[in-house]
Amino acid sequence: MSKQENLSELTEQALAAIAAAETVKDLDGIRVEYLGKKGQLTAQLKTLGKLPAEERSAAGATINAAKQRVQLAIENQRVGLETSALAERLVNEKIDVSLPSRQSECGSAHPVSITLERIQAYFEQIGFSVAEGPEIEDDYHNFEALNIPAHHPARAMHDTFYARGVNDSAPQVLRTHTSPVQVRVMESQPPPLRIVCPGRVYRCDSDVTHTPMFHQVEGLMIDEDVTFAHLKGIVQAFLRVFFEKDLAVRFRPSYFPFTEPSAEVDIECVMCSGDGCRVCKKTGWLEIMGCGMVHPNVFSHVGIDTEKYTGFAFGIGVERLAMLRYGVNDLRLFFENDVRFLSQFSE
Amino acid sequence: MKVSESWLREWVDPSVSTEQLVHLLTMAGLEVDGVEAAAAEFSGVIVGKITAIDTHPNAEKLRVCQVNNGNGDTQVVCGASNVAVGARIPFAQVGALLPGGFAIKQAELRGVLSCGMLCGASELGLEDIVDGLMILPDDAPVGKDFRDYLHLDDAIIDVDLTPNRGDCLSINGVARETGVLTQTDVTAPDISAVTATIVDQRAVTLSAPEYCSRYAGRVIRGVDLSQPSPLWLREKLRRAEVRSIDPVVDVTNYVMLELGQPMHAFDLDAIDGNIDVRLARGNEQLVLLDGKEQMLNDQLLVIADQKKVLAIAGIMGGKDSGVTTNTQHIFLESAFFAPEKMAGKARQLGLHTDASHRFERGVDRDLQVRAIERASELLLSIVGGDAGPVTLSEASHQPLSGQTVILRDSQIKRILGFAIPNDRVADILSRLALQPESIDGGWQVTVPSHRFDIAIEADLLEELARIYGYEQLPVEPPVAQLTFSERPESRLRARDFSQQLIAKGYREAMTYSFIDPEMQVLFNPEQPAVELINPIASDMGVMRTSILPGLVAAAIYNLNRQQTRLKLFETGLGFQQKGRDLDQTPRLAGLLVGHRLPESWLSTREATGQKSQNTDLFDFYDIKADVESLLGLTGETAVRFSALPAASPLVALHPGQSAEVYLGPLLVGYVGLLHPQLQKKLNIDQDIWLFELQLNLISTKKVPEFKVLSKFPEVRRDLAIVVETTVTAGEVVDVASKAAGEHLMATVVFDQYSGAGVDDGKHSIGLGLTWQHHERTLNEDEVNTLIEDVLASLKQRFKASLR
Repeated sequence: MSKQENLSELTEQALAAIAAAETVKDLDGIRVEYLGKKGQLTAQLKTLGKLPAEERSAAGATINAAKQRVQLAIENQRVGLETSALAERLVNEKIDVSLPSRQSECGSAHPVSITLERIQAYFEQIGFSVAEGPEIEDDYHNFEALNIPAHHPARAMHDTFYARGVNDSAPQVLRTHTSPVQVRVMESQPPPLRIVCPGRVYRCDSDVTHTPMFHQVEGLMIDEDVTFAHLKGIVQAFLRVFFEKDLAVRFRPSYFPFTEPSAEVDIECVMCSGDGCRVCKKTGWLEIMGCGMVHPNVFSHVGIDTEKYTGFAFGIGVERLAMLRYGVNDLRLFFENDVRFLSQFSE
Repeated sequence: MKVSESWLREWVDPSVSTEQLVHLLTMAGLEVDGVEAAAAEFSGVIVGKITAIDTHPNAEKLRVCQVNNGNGDTQVVCGASNVAVGARIPFAQVGALLPGGFAIKQAELRGVLSCGMLCGASELGLEDIVDGLMILPDDAPVGKDFRDYLHLDDAIIDVDLTPNRGDCLSINGVARETGVLTQTDVTAPDISAVTATIVDQRAVTLSAPEYCSRYAGRVIRGVDLSQPSPLWLREKLRRAEVRSIDPVVDVTNYVMLELGQPMHAFDLDAIDGNIDVRLARGNEQLVLLDGKEQMLNDQLLVIADQKKVLAIAGIMGGKDSGVTTNTQHIFLESAFFAPEKMAGKARQLGLHTDASHRFERGVDRDLQVRAIERASELLLSIVGGDAGPVTLSEASHQPLSGQTVILRDSQIKRILGFAIPNDRVADILSRLALQPESIDGGWQVTVPSHRFDIAIEADLLEELARIYGYEQLPVEPPVAQLTFSERPESRLRARDFSQQLIAKGYREAMTYSFIDPEMQVLFNPEQPAVELINPIASDMGVMRTSILPGLVAAAIYNLNRQQTRLKLFETGLGFQQKGRDLDQTPRLAGLLVGHRLPESWLSTREATGQKSQNTDLFDFYDIKADVESLLGLTGETAVRFSALPAASPLVALHPGQSAEVYLGPLLVGYVGLLHPQLQKKLNIDQDIWLFELQLNLISTKKVPEFKVLSKFPEVRRDLAIVVETTVTAGEVVDVASKAAGEHLMATVVFDQYSGAGVDDGKHSIGLGLTWQHHERTLNEDEVNTLIEDVLASLKQRFKASLR
């Protein structure tokens, strides 16, 4: 057998073995057998020395070409084997992705908190800061300083809870609104002021539409040249941004001891868009908040010069807004803490 | 206040519809709560006259009546006891439709033909008088439609008045306002002085002039109270939701509704001598008109005679001096009681009357004589009698009206943001009867006696805005200088903690700040709670000293509703008495109940083959992890959980499975298991894990300070040591960490074991220590030395041995 024949036979043998290889390990064996230091094709190179010098070069090239062919075939086969092995593995590793996850829960903020936070955020955006204060208040801050002296009929409207004073001191009140916080801020900081006061307030009243505890955000802006027009502007803009709707807003004269002029604010019913429904008692309007220009007597209690400064104040009932925003139909749900209710406000 | 539109239109009759009128009032600050029909729907009822009555052949209690309908007689069978020949009655003819859709048809009643029905008041939805027919006055025109006859197609407008508008608590007041709003003239009824025909009078002493500064009285002798009030009067009262009592009471109520002056009538024979308007004396008491015996006090103004108290002024009369059907002579009272002295008094007594409401809100100080004349005139025409002279007692000579207030032109723009034209301003003020007088830079107004709510410039600005129309005023965004507000990075807000818990699956609850005193004592017996003087319910009697009792109650609520896995939290104030001070500080509390994971195929599989099914339930280390993650927000690493001391006041917690939580040196809260005894008492059959932290103590965050990252490798060594079980892992870690030198990066407890292979009374703790030097690689010898140091310390401190 000529060397040429022997080489091509070896090559064919190797290629057949490669094609038949089923694992990467088999391929490694084949590579060692033919291309290794002691491999059969490698051995062919060792025979070159016996050839006449003029033939060596051509014969060497032929052998190297054969080696390269085998090498290439091994690589191709390896890629093929790896690809199919991976494919098989992927099939075997298939899982049921529809099975529930390990922990499919997320918590929830209370709807009143969400609403409080939204209200605060809107006002903080335009430069109001948040002020907080005690919930058990003294009579002065809750009433007197707000132009509600002891005999004032408005006291009756407030259905105040009284708390027994510590060590027989005078009874205190559970604040009936967050306005006392405004008083405390006015006492301690000079104008201009822009604050909102969120928090719990208490009134001794409990029925379908009243809970003895609820939340308010009261706002106050004091500066030179703050007018009723500005109050209308800010309240209207707030309500539209809160409800994300260009709804109709109207201002009606009303009465609060701490503001004058005072206004009650109605919005177009968000349930029926003003057509009239059960929620708005067929009027098309919903009473949503109270506001007004700060009463001169309030300013004089805290020593703000009424000839220099004017101001407006407003009060927002948070539960009312939350009910309208989320369609909650019973106020009492807010404080029952039924997780079936709470879980509807997942964040 | 309920206002009959037809009564109002007797005073002022603008050409606007009911709907427009309601809108005008509402937009002027007299908010209309609702409008109702004055009478139920019915038709086909006329004024009939009974012309003949016969017995019924087959029924003893029925009568066969002939009823004239204006065109002739119709036969009607009737069972009412007060049928009488000549009586005029509401007659529902065949074809009539009564309230509730009841149709009147021709029928035979026990064999006798009956064509229609004679009606009682309640059958027509009018007065709530059940027995008998409604007897109409003798001048009722027979055949006239009954609705037309009584003007029943009337609207009752429910006006919800704000406390400052006491002047509108009458037809007179609402009419004044309507006149201003519609620019229509108001016609008050002609009230002329009733000439005295007798000289009788009672002297009135005003002994408490700050409480009562004006008192008009009049004696009327010889009244006849045997007949009820006339129908027109009863109808007016009914539409105002005032019950008809007798003609005298009815007339005083009528005058109150019409003019706004509450009045009272005494039985003259029950008065001993003259009248003294004075404060009650400590030991006095009075049986009121409603029959209740009332103890009086020296803050209460009373009307007394020379021997006894007759009435609580402005609130309610006494029974003994009240008018009855037998009364022959009366004494009428029309007084001014000071609102600031009346305020809250009726409420204190548990009473609220139409009179007290008006006196508290304020009554026109110049109205007393006019009202008593109006009442006298009506009374004489209804019950007859002879009137004595009106006696007016006045305590002071301060003018009744005429107070002046200045309105500066400049203030209109400054406050309202809009300059209302001068002539418009003057016009509005004039229409409000404020008599504006132009002065330099504005107006001076003179306030009439009925507008006692107007005292300062701001009051006038409100009036201007109100009548001009709030909706007409401009809308502008406020303008201010842009300034940054401080927002320290080191300040954590309650919201930051909430978000952390929400991300961990907690739900935010909101419980009442007042809780059941029993719960308070169970949870926190040593901390006195602030008591409410007037709680709304006995189980809401004290202010919470901790959020936990409320949160546990919320858990119980849910457990009772098949919700067995709970993760709840709440933020809010706790109220604690600290010596003379009241501490109101924000807290954050949380609670875990049930299984660590929601039920799923995974939790079932992962529990199987592990130590026991119980590992699936929340345990201390779950809630501890949550507390740690909250404290982690502070960036402070010195967080310590320390077993409850022997005398811990936290009796609501399991003493062996609870801890005090320290942030640095500060005790900031606690965490642990609800005490089994308390759990049993509260009837809870699951473990409840709790924590409460004082937010104000954990609200400072360390602003991060960068440390250079080491480029050199970490070295970790694990140690398993054996110590007495009384030695805690925390102590072991503390001692080991201190001994491990400055290059220690982390210490983990990778194992805790007791049982086979470890002596009784001891346990093994596996510690993993990791070191890293920031400038070089630590060599083997160095690390070995450190390990020896650690072991030596542990041995010395705890007699620890290597396992």
